[in-house]
Amino acid sequence: MPTNGNKKPHIVVEDLTMAFGDFILQRDLNFTIYTGDVFIIMGGSGCGKTTLLKHLIGLNNPAKGAILFNDVDYWRAEQQQRDEITRGFGVLYQSGALWSSMTLAENIALPLEEYTDLSPQDIGEIASLKLALVGLKGFEDYYPAQISGGMMKRAGLARAMAMDPEILFFDEPSAGLDPISSRLLDDLILQLRDSLGTTIVVVTHELASIFTIGNNSVFLDATAKTMIASGDPKLLLKECTNPIVHSFLTRGGEFPEKNLTVDGC
Amino acid sequence: MGSSLKMQVNESMLSFVRPDVGKLQIVLRGNWRTGEELPPVADVFRQIEQAPVTKNVAFECSGLVGWSSVLITFLINTIDYGQQRDVSVDRGGLPQGVQGLLNLAYAVPERAGARREKVRTSVLEQIGQEVYAFWQGTQEVFAFIGEATVAFGKLLRGQARFRRRDLFVAMQECGIQALPIVSLISLLVGLILAFVGAIQLSMFGAQIYIANLVGIGVFREMGAIMTGVIMAGRTGAAFAAQLGTMQTNEEIDALKTMGIPPMEFLVLPRMIALAVMMPLLCLYADFMGVLGGLIVGVTVLDLNFMAYYNQTTDAIRLNDMWVGLFMSGVFGILVAVTGCLRGLQCERSASAVGEATTSAVVTGIVSIVIATAIITVLCNVLGI
Repeated sequence: MPTNGNKKPHIVVEDLTMAFGDFILQRDLNFTIYTGDVFIIMGGSGCGKTTLLKHLIGLNNPAKGAILFNDVDYWRAEQQQRDEITRGFGVLYQSGALWSSMTLAENIALPLEEYTDLSPQDIGEIASLKLALVGLKGFEDYYPAQISGGMMKRAGLARAMAMDPEILFFDEPSAGLDPISSRLLDDLILQLRDSLGTTIVVVTHELASIFTIGNNSVFLDATAKTMIASGDPKLLLKECTNPIVHSFLTRGGEFPEKNLTVDGC
Repeated sequence: MGSSLKMQVNESMLSFVRPDVGKLQIVLRGNWRTGEELPPVADVFRQIEQAPVTKNVAFECSGLVGWSSVLITFLINTIDYGQQRDVSVDRGGLPQGVQGLLNLAYAVPERAGARREKVRTSVLEQIGQEVYAFWQGTQEVFAFIGEATVAFGKLLRGQARFRRRDLFVAMQECGIQALPIVSLISLLVGLILAFVGAIQLSMFGAQIYIANLVGIGVFREMGAIMTGVIMAGRTGAAFAAQLGTMQTNEEIDALKTMGIPPMEFLVLPRMIALAVMMPLLCLYADFMGVLGGLIVGVTVLDLNFMAYYNQTTDAIRLNDMWVGLFMSGVFGILVAVTGCLRGLQCERSASAVGEATTSAVVTGIVSIVIATAIITVLCNVLGI
């Protein structure tokens, strides 16, 4: 298990089994995400990364096991308590999932209008702030269809941050972005974590991202149908002896380890 | 003048200290979170204005318990206000995280020309634009009909590229699967016609002519119109939604780049399916309508079953049926054209798909009614 000093556990997953009907996708998942972590969910395509994320954000019901947020069992809690926990989430979906009939500012304003008693002017200012944070100052009145894919992703992040969430979930944040935008997004994620102390959970298989931002991770495998490694990805690269994990983290052995481990590991 | 001037505002969350001439220290205390009662930023503006010359603004945050976005927007307003008045704002006293977010917020300058000014258009301009849009829309309709005709020509020469399976699936969807709803509606329409007629005709003791009324009415007009309206709502909407979503998902672009014209691959099978199935559905609806009339005639008006049957067969000429079937064939094409046209014109967003579907149904029904009027007048003139 990763060494996390005396950090506070934020999300604890216990004996989680994910299944669609009789088909078991992953079983016996056990891991802890600490407050302020950048936690990576990785693994090959089709191993259930996104499904795990959907379990964490309360969209899918676990077949077995428990998911605890600050020691509260999400699926055994009352609906009201569940709503409260969910309100502390910000989720960036794979393609932004912006509501196409609303402008960017309206997209961000919606949760604020629903859950806070801020004045419309304050809401407008917060929406502009969130857009400025993701580098989209001045795009308040644009509709999602009028901006590029990368901008949609950043706008999606701005919306995810609307309510100052305690936990930010990212589903493939760098998919479809050019290397520089993807790097900028990584920097942004780290800056947000440092400034706001947000816990961040990222589903990705982008190796560069994994090593730059991740300080804790879980590795899912489709054939074993369970997690086969966990911990700091940089340490996993150095120490993990499992050939699947090793081959994943070295891109099928294409890059010799020493080239990658130079970077502060 | 080292005297410090203190003012208490709003439960001491915001207070001001003037440590020196021209310097203003903003003291932030307490919990600056969403949901708390927060002091207005105008207090800061007033402070900056009030003193003879404020050159420097700094922050003191040792009493700050918690903060969220509301504090950042407060600070951004302060900083922007300061910048406009050549007051330097020192962010050094702010918590590390706040400084980080402020840096982030100011990191990317606003892209020139990105912000949109709200443009007011005059009524005349709006009317002009509407007319222009209408003209463009009409052109698109004709272009679509032209392309569809070309595609149909290709089909006749056996060169059209579509999968036969798609045609059969479309036929199944807009034919057999529509039977229940067509049965129900046309049966009820027959019943309604008979009831309405019964009240009038029984005044003359001519109840038996209910058979004529229902038979001719249903076979000549109502059967075709009702199936047309049902199919516009059912299948036209489905076509528009399906093609619109395909447009949104870039599936239509994928077809185009593979050299498969969407007109042949997507529109043609749907159009043929509707044009073939509509007359069949219409014929079925005709019989259901007559059945509805018969039920009313036999049960409510106490007419003899055989008498009603004979009266009906005497009343309806073959031409009445042909006119109805011809109309329904036309409606089939109209519904398919409006559905597919609106689907292909769809923009790439969820709301656009909704608009396309609505527009398909509305245009479909309107064009059905107009076509009915034209055909009825023509039949009248030609004496059919």
